[in-house]
Amino acid sequence: MSVMFFMTTMVLYLGGTAFYLAYLVRRSEALSKVSLVFTGLGFLAHTVALLTRMMAAGHVPLTSSHEAISFFSWALVLVFLWVEARHRIHILGSFILPLAFISLLSAAALPKEVPTLEPVLRTVWLHVTLSILGTVGFAVAFVAGLMYLIQERLLKSKRFNVLYSKLPPLDFLDQLNQQSIVLGFPLLTLGILVGAISAEFARGSYLNWNPEQTWALVTWVFYFVVLVGRLTVGWRAKRAAYLTIIGFAGVVLTFIGVVVKGHGPMV
Amino acid sequence: MHIIVVGLSHKTAPIEVREKLAVPESRLAEALHRLCAYRGVREGVLLSTCNRVEVYAVVDELEAGYGRVQEFLADTHLALSSEQLTPHLYWNAGDRAIGHLFRVASSLDSMVIGEPQILGQLKEAFEVALTHKASGVILNKLVQKAISVAKRVRTETKIAEAAVSVSYAAVELAKKIFSNLGEKTVLLVGAGEMAKLAAQHLVNNGVRRVMITTRDLHSAVDLAKRFNGVPIPYENFRHEMAEADIVLCSTGASHFLIRTEDVQRVIRQRMNRPIFLIDISVPRNIDPAVKEIDNAFLFDIDDLEMRVEQNREERRREAGKAERLVDEEVGVIVQWLKSLEVTPTIVALRKRAEEIRQAELDKTFSRLKHLPAQERLVVEGLAAAIVNKLLHGPLVTLKSEANSASGSMFVEAARRFFHLDNPSAPLSLPDGVREEIDLSDPLVSVKSIGLEGERGSIGPDEPRAQASQSDF
Repeated sequence: MSVMFFMTTMVLYLGGTAFYLAYLVRRSEALSKVSLVFTGLGFLAHTVALLTRMMAAGHVPLTSSHEAISFFSWALVLVFLWVEARHRIHILGSFILPLAFISLLSAAALPKEVPTLEPVLRTVWLHVTLSILGTVGFAVAFVAGLMYLIQERLLKSKRFNVLYSKLPPLDFLDQLNQQSIVLGFPLLTLGILVGAISAEFARGSYLNWNPEQTWALVTWVFYFVVLVGRLTVGWRAKRAAYLTIIGFAGVVLTFIGVVVKGHGPMV
Repeated sequence: MHIIVVGLSHKTAPIEVREKLAVPESRLAEALHRLCAYRGVREGVLLSTCNRVEVYAVVDELEAGYGRVQEFLADTHLALSSEQLTPHLYWNAGDRAIGHLFRVASSLDSMVIGEPQILGQLKEAFEVALTHKASGVILNKLVQKAISVAKRVRTETKIAEAAVSVSYAAVELAKKIFSNLGEKTVLLVGAGEMAKLAAQHLVNNGVRRVMITTRDLHSAVDLAKRFNGVPIPYENFRHEMAEADIVLCSTGASHFLIRTEDVQRVIRQRMNRPIFLIDISVPRNIDPAVKEIDNAFLFDIDDLEMRVEQNREERRREAGKAERLVDEEVGVIVQWLKSLEVTPTIVALRKRAEEIRQAELDKTFSRLKHLPAQERLVVEGLAAAIVNKLLHGPLVTLKSEANSASGSMFVEAARRFFHLDNPSAPLSLPDGVREEIDLSDPLVSVKSIGLEGERGSIGPDEPRAQASQSDF
């Protein structure tokens, strides 16, 4: 049941991605509407998939890598739909949807069975939820940064093409970048704290300095510096765009590390 | 009966001719009376703007009508003869005339495609014609349709969207850097015309604060009054520059007033917040090397002109779409006009009556099943007699009015009284049901046409209209 909805979601997101990519280069405004319909339906299917999985598992389905990445994709699309509803920046979909689709694709490649949990790991879902939501913030910041750099390049080189006309104003992208990090960073911080505390309960140590924990901390420090730099010495605009792109690359590496290490519970 | 347009425009006549023909608003009524006094001219609307003078008319005979209207135009100015006018005029009739009207209303025939004023001018011309009863059923319908076509063109194509003036292009660019101009400050350096215009556009688009500096402080003070801004002494404008999000530079200086080191310092002071610099001066006043500085966006006059040219291209492309839309609408209105011809209306009326007669007879005979054949004939005869007597008046009137000035009004009335365009509608309504009368219909009340409500919806206040592009 859940798998069927998951597959439906994949197909719909693939459609949304294709139309949103076509929207990047074509003049048609209708394309964005079609893509939005695909995305909206995909999001519904995804929600149903997550809910049925939760009912089947009897707990929040955030314990395996598959579940975590699937939830990441879901939350990313949710944020996109919210921004789209508020600001009508259709082109954001051309960047977010491919990311959501690729995430889902990689989730599909991972084992989908519901892991049996040791009782002590039951609280792990909170750690994962918070960390994933933080990561969604960084993903949006990454997309905003990417769009910023493209629009900045188009403006500087005076190439007023279709892409230029569809991309939002630079300072909108910069603000989106900032807000995503301002929201994402505290969530990640909480996620790491909850993770450390439950690790203390489970294993008796807050941190055992394995590579992905180390990477996670490096990422945390990196975003901390990015955020403080922005708020104090004006690391905004182009520099913020570059930094958030690099930061997100680090996040993706951490994820890959977690996944490669083991397909099991993520602590 | 023919619909014609005779006129001239910026495309066919130089300003010397256009200005002679132009009819000021105060004399429009008199001109319309004169036009309608010509034999064979049934309806007329006179559109006179600085770019065109056109007469739309409904005339009895085509060639004679063309002649009369040309005569009328020549008579508007003593120094003009009909022969002098001929090379500048265009004559169109039927669907071509209607197409022309729709294209003019939609600003497809304007000097700057997509400019919004023409629609307002057409509305005014139409109102005057309405007030003085120069326009009738046909022109009322046509002009109203033209207005709705123009609105459709505006909403369904991007014909009026892109900026087609240098100063407006600057605003458009500013909006690609700053999402909310309402929080922004603009610094005007120098008092060049184009820069002042751009500053005006920026203010119209909500820029919060204007700082002005000129070499001579007096003109800065004057300009500050105009823009409700702050004059800045010329010597220290570079120090104030960090406060400005947009710098508009247009002076007569022959050297760079703003150098790379100035901008680098400003960007540092602004903590990397972007600054938008527009250099409209020739020779340039801002070092072009500024373009290389991060978060500084410098555009010179060539960049802006290139943008304008691209936008013109965009409008031309959209005009193609608009043309197809106009063609489609002309098709619709031509159908309506055909329905106004007398003969098909008489045929349709007879057919309608016959259908009703037959239906009622069938109903009656189904109840009087045992009626002998001979008496059935009598009843049939009775029905036929009633129908014929009732129709006699309308038919005779239609035929006799067919060639009169108000012929089309009678036809339209007949079609509506007898529901000829909507045969399924019941002719008799149940008790207690009152048919609602469509007051906006030109036939019911020529004066109550909803123009008042529409006035102002296309005009300088309309955001899309960019009515302030006074420098095209």
